Amino acid sequence: MTTSTPTTPVKAPQGPPARPLGKPFGRSKLTSRGIANAVVLIAALYTMLPALWLLLASTKNADALFGSDILSFGDFSFGRNLSDLFSMDGGLYGEWYVNSLLYAVVGALVGSLISVAAGYAFDKYEFRHKEKLFGLVLTGVMVPPTVLALPLYLVASNIGMVNTFWSVFIPVLFNPFGVYLARLLSSGYVPNEVLEASRVDGAGELQTYVRVSLRMLGPGFVTVFLFQLTAIWNNFFLPMVMLSDQHLYPLSLGLYTWNSAATVSPEYYPLVVIGSLLAVVPLIVAFVMLQRYWKSGLTAGSVK
Amino acid sequence: MSSKGAAPPSAAAADPPRRTGRREQRVAAAVLLTPFTALLVAVFLVPVGYAIYLSLFSEDHEGLGFGGGRTVFTGLRSYLSVLQDPSFLTGFGTIALYCVIFVPLVVISALALALLLDSGLVRMRRTAQMLVYLPHAVPGIIAAVIWLYLYTPGLSPVIKLFAQADITIDFLGLHTVLPSIVNIALWSGLGYNMIIFYAALQALPREVIEAATIDGAGGIRTALQVKVPIIRGSVVMVCMFSLIGALQLFTEPMLMNQATPMVNSRFTPNMYIYDAAFRRNNYGLASAASVILLIVTCVLSYAVTRWSGRRERRA
Repeated sequence: MTTSTPTTPVKAPQGPPARPLGKPFGRSKLTSRGIANAVVLIAALYTMLPALWLLLASTKNADALFGSDILSFGDFSFGRNLSDLFSMDGGLYGEWYVNSLLYAVVGALVGSLISVAAGYAFDKYEFRHKEKLFGLVLTGVMVPPTVLALPLYLVASNIGMVNTFWSVFIPVLFNPFGVYLARLLSSGYVPNEVLEASRVDGAGELQTYVRVSLRMLGPGFVTVFLFQLTAIWNNFFLPMVMLSDQHLYPLSLGLYTWNSAATVSPEYYPLVVIGSLLAVVPLIVAFVMLQRYWKSGLTAGSVK
Repeated sequence: MSSKGAAPPSAAAADPPRRTGRREQRVAAAVLLTPFTALLVAVFLVPVGYAIYLSLFSEDHEGLGFGGGRTVFTGLRSYLSVLQDPSFLTGFGTIALYCVIFVPLVVISALALALLLDSGLVRMRRTAQMLVYLPHAVPGIIAAVIWLYLYTPGLSPVIKLFAQADITIDFLGLHTVLPSIVNIALWSGLGYNMIIFYAALQALPREVIEAATIDGAGGIRTALQVKVPIIRGSVVMVCMFSLIGALQLFTEPMLMNQATPMVNSRFTPNMYIYDAAFRRNNYGLASAASVILLIVTCVLSYAVTRWSGRRERRA
């Protein structure tokens, strides 16, 4: 291992920062490069193949789904499946899609505005019991949403809100992790000097927040938004507990009910498959488009 | 409601910025915090309080009587029946077993991938990251649907492939169903955790690695003895979130429940709660189980935080 390392200090390389130094694996470098690439390739295959299966399976009708070889395109019925999907049960799938978009996009938008405002207040202002209140926020981060779902149901049923749009929409606005993240990002993105300058100019605090700080918090806002969007799009337990009206279902719950229907009537299988495929699309698009934001968010959350 | 945000001035309030009045800043803080505080109260504190309250009572009526039933104070009896219910404890046992398999698996594989990416030996690092990360954008229920189909005889190309080699595999059997659920979680979480580790590794001061190399440490030794110890904080964080995530286990087994008798309706504590509340209509029992799960979660995260904090300080 200690063979050919130079005894004189190595100069820091000027190239890309992540480059390794020296000769990491000595003489066997070529083999280790091969092994490293093979391992990562296997991991990528492991993560991509099931997604690829979903794509291929969505082109098959019920018979082909059970019968034919997965890689064959023999019975190409993607279009058929698609029209079946949107016409089945009076177009429920379309309603679910709209519901999911409402819950997730509007919910994440409003929710992250609320979280960012709170995080900013925690970062920039002093007030009584601040750290105690923040401790409560951190507790909220730790408490899994599924633990809250039943108590929420009980409260909602007491005030007659069960089985309404609001019974799912309001709870998902609560995002303590967003507040935590926003406090961190606010201290990183909004220098206190900017606030001072704005005060000297005679701007009010809230005016400064809306016109100056919120703009600087833009990337942080996108990060919080994306995290919340994913969480709400994934939401399953809460709608399952709250909703009994199929017209209010989000995609997750709708596909779940169709999947249980499929065990009795197999014509639902292709619909669940293609429905799942379409349900994944918005998030994949959001993630690919906003890649640099969520990466910075993950970094902010893990490295300090 | 927003009394916390709008708290009266405190003598101990720390250094106020000079120009605008403290009063205005307090008002601003109150305005910005009010929506969140209202949510905190409405969807966190009140429900938890109500669950604790309900767990101490029991409905006396038969069936689904509306309002007709008498509510009787039963003290901790619901807690006792939950804790004495073997199916509730089995649920925790399932979670424990799940953790024993899942946590080391996800931490080690995510860490290994992150170290490989960080080593500079891998080509197309960004593409690789993206490909491994993408399943995390797939909603849990859909990940479960995909894998359930890949586990189902007749549907699964995987089983067909094995069958061609004369190997029969039952992914939904008594001893395989838990590993099958672990696999779904691994598939979803691998890339997410890998990126957390990779980000931490990228933040390491290069001088440290340089020093290790000068001291003659090879790539593997540098990785294991220098890099991993430094990003220990991230490792602990991933462990903790994996444990807390495990306690939430619901979606995947709920779907499996439709497909195999090996997953019963009280497979995990969350499923137990759902079963107690919506199949047995026993809110007292369900609330007690919720409160117990809440306490376990809080104790667990507190313990891990404390433990990691101590490790951190000692280092």
